[in-house]
Amino acid sequence: MSSNSGKGDILLEIKNLEIEGFSDEKWHDIVKGVDLTLRCGEVMGLIGESGAGKSTLGLAAMGFTQPGCRIKAGQIKFDGVDLAKLSDAKKRSYWGTRMTYVAQSAAASFNPAHRLIVQTTASTIRSGSKSKEDAYRDARGLYETLNLPDPKNIGERYPHQVSGGQLQRVMTAMAMSPRPDLIIFDEPTTALDVTTQVEVLSAMREIVETFNTAAIYITHDLAVVAQMADFIKVLRYGKEVEEAPTRQMLATPKEAYTKSLWSVRSLEKEEQKGGNSLLSLKGIDASYGTAKVLHNVNIEVAKGTTVAVVGESGSGKSTTARVITGLLPQTAGSVEFDGKALPKSLSERTKEEKRRIQMIYQMADTAMNPRQTVGEIIGRPLEFYLGMRGAEKSRRILDLLEMIELNGDFMQRLPGELSGGQKQRICIARALAAEPDFIICDEVTSALDQIVQEGILKLLMRLQKELGLTYLFITHDISTVKAISDQVVVMNQGEVVEQGQKTDVFQPPHPEYTELLLSSVPEMDPDWLTNLNAARRAG
Amino acid sequence: MTQNPDTYSAAGEVGAVLEKRTFWTRLKLDLKKSPWSARFGMVIIFIYAMLAIFAPVFAPYGEAQVFPTPYAPWSSEFIFGTDQIGRDIFSRLIYGARNTVGIAVATTFLAFLIGGALGLIAAINRSYIDQALSRLVDVFMAIPSLIFALVLLSIFGSTVLNLIIIIAVLDSTRVFRLTRAVAINVVVMDYVEAARLRGEGLGWIMRKEILPNIMPPLIAEFGLRFCFVFLSIAALSFLGVGIQPPTADWGSMVRENASLIQFAQYDLKAGLTPLLPAAAIALLTVAVNFVVDWFLHKTSGLRDEQ
Repeated sequence: MSSNSGKGDILLEIKNLEIEGFSDEKWHDIVKGVDLTLRCGEVMGLIGESGAGKSTLGLAAMGFTQPGCRIKAGQIKFDGVDLAKLSDAKKRSYWGTRMTYVAQSAAASFNPAHRLIVQTTASTIRSGSKSKEDAYRDARGLYETLNLPDPKNIGERYPHQVSGGQLQRVMTAMAMSPRPDLIIFDEPTTALDVTTQVEVLSAMREIVETFNTAAIYITHDLAVVAQMADFIKVLRYGKEVEEAPTRQMLATPKEAYTKSLWSVRSLEKEEQKGGNSLLSLKGIDASYGTAKVLHNVNIEVAKGTTVAVVGESGSGKSTTARVITGLLPQTAGSVEFDGKALPKSLSERTKEEKRRIQMIYQMADTAMNPRQTVGEIIGRPLEFYLGMRGAEKSRRILDLLEMIELNGDFMQRLPGELSGGQKQRICIARALAAEPDFIICDEVTSALDQIVQEGILKLLMRLQKELGLTYLFITHDISTVKAISDQVVVMNQGEVVEQGQKTDVFQPPHPEYTELLLSSVPEMDPDWLTNLNAARRAG
Repeated sequence: MTQNPDTYSAAGEVGAVLEKRTFWTRLKLDLKKSPWSARFGMVIIFIYAMLAIFAPVFAPYGEAQVFPTPYAPWSSEFIFGTDQIGRDIFSRLIYGARNTVGIAVATTFLAFLIGGALGLIAAINRSYIDQALSRLVDVFMAIPSLIFALVLLSIFGSTVLNLIIIIAVLDSTRVFRLTRAVAINVVVMDYVEAARLRGEGLGWIMRKEILPNIMPPLIAEFGLRFCFVFLSIAALSFLGVGIQPPTADWGSMVRENASLIQFAQYDLKAGLTPLLPAAAIALLTVAVNFVVDWFLHKTSGLRDEQ
């Protein structure tokens, strides 16, 4: 399809683009005057925290705005045509053929009722550029390039029959099928495990290079964008902060904001040796129905320390947490808390036992009742466990809000009026309100932007020092583990693979699985993925 | 949105803070954007409510006051004439609003109390209680409700209390199904799990954690359910087992004056008389549906094209 091949020609030129969105009876600016130039075959990384307008800008590069949004000013020149002025019908002749889109959640973007290959080739066949047979043959070739297992037949499956990482690659094949000039990747690996992310990243990079396609790669993960992009643009509050070639940007960021993004990964906690054991899991087996998910899990947590539990999704991390809280009674073994064995199920535990173990969830959005104000959310445990009422309760709520670096203005707000980081802070305050000894943090930072993550991690560490808390920190992110933990437990398929002090675990030699997990964590080095793939092929 | 400096502060993070509006300003905003059908519906419902509450004030005569001329034609004395034993039809229409609508509202409330509570319990519990209740409801729903109500009313007798209880129980099956279906989506939320972990009782989880989050569909269903209950009561009265004379009621008024319809060829107005209570029923049903439609659209989160 490409009528404008060869690196160097300008493919996309956005000038002074302004986009606004309608909410709460008013129009708000989302993108406030951004310029962008992309040449054929170039990959641009677009980074920024959530709400920076990066997805809106990415979609606008296709001339598309989400419902409730509109282009206020500026031009979007694609191959010489201003998309901002075209009608939807005209734009449709570009969409799905000359420009395509890879969404964040492939699982939510595929139609569950159609086979993968039908969806992969739909827009190519519709545009008439290839016959059905040619398009299918081409799609199978793409599956092979993308390293999908059994490329000849995988297209005959339905979306629910393949894994999340495979689905994300099929979606890349779908985007590639019409041989577009431009692909927009909107956080395509955010929802994946690190080990899967590496495969998807390699596949995407290979295909972009093979076909010399221009791409915009949207993400909030710097290490990921460093592997993909030729140059990087940093966005904040709908405006450009900085733009530079990748290597230059990584080596010498100019703006203070960009530097602060870079500094997040340097956070590291000084390791502490634990004293007395507060919680110990002894020979825990657990199952959902007949499926056994935990096999003989033994974990020791010392008072005042943080134990990080690491592993991919499905490794049994969260199930371990459910056993500790009593939501899922174990089938064998015992949970000992402060020297006493806890009753298996929640209903047999006393109020005091429940109070001492608190939990913070991954998705702060769903962990708070959207119809309750912040004051009610934090106030309930105070009332429920400690019997506080009236002025005493409000005073304590204020104390707690200050403890999490917020203030009294937040009392009357609803969860919908908070940012992601603030929501997670309120969840932390709710846990603290019960005055617990032990807090389970289930992936508490994985849904947050890096700067916000850093803030939350620092807060958790400060609280640990001040209140002598003990944490069990469940995560799949190795840099978070480095930042916060004293001891590390590596889990895989319901078993503990390795455990010990942080320095010991991160010190080679590793068991095979730990090695795979550690080597899959992207580093802030543009050559990291190339080197890793070379090493893995050699090894 | 504050143009924040580059240092990070939790309180300064961008969150979409909604303007604090009181209930009344929000209501005014909503009403301003409401479609004409909803406004029409609201006016009609308001008029019905006024008539029902202040029936003795608006009605020129008593509910069961008998005058010497049965089947009197429309006149300035009897606006819509009199019925078969000489009662003023206009007055009975107004009192009928009070009786029929009042009983329908009470029945709907009771149906929601039973169906809503059991539906919530089933959704939270999800074990044998859920199974038992759901299958029982299936059995009830398999029997045509009007015929079932007829049978039960013939067995227990047609008193107002029996009428309310029987129809409420039969209609609570639908409420149960809806409540259970929407509550199941809320029960799986982490905040419900958090409440359980905290050790909260069933009552708290039902009232504070789940109910506020499923209100919109329940309120819409309340409107629709009211229409159905109202129609079943009218139908039962028409069949003679509903609200008993001399209480004025639209269903039985249709039945009692039905024979007048064949005189339409001699006097059109006389022919219209039995249709008046039927029209009153139809108008209220349509009005309620208009309002519910608007409410559903508003709470469904669908944006109107700007």
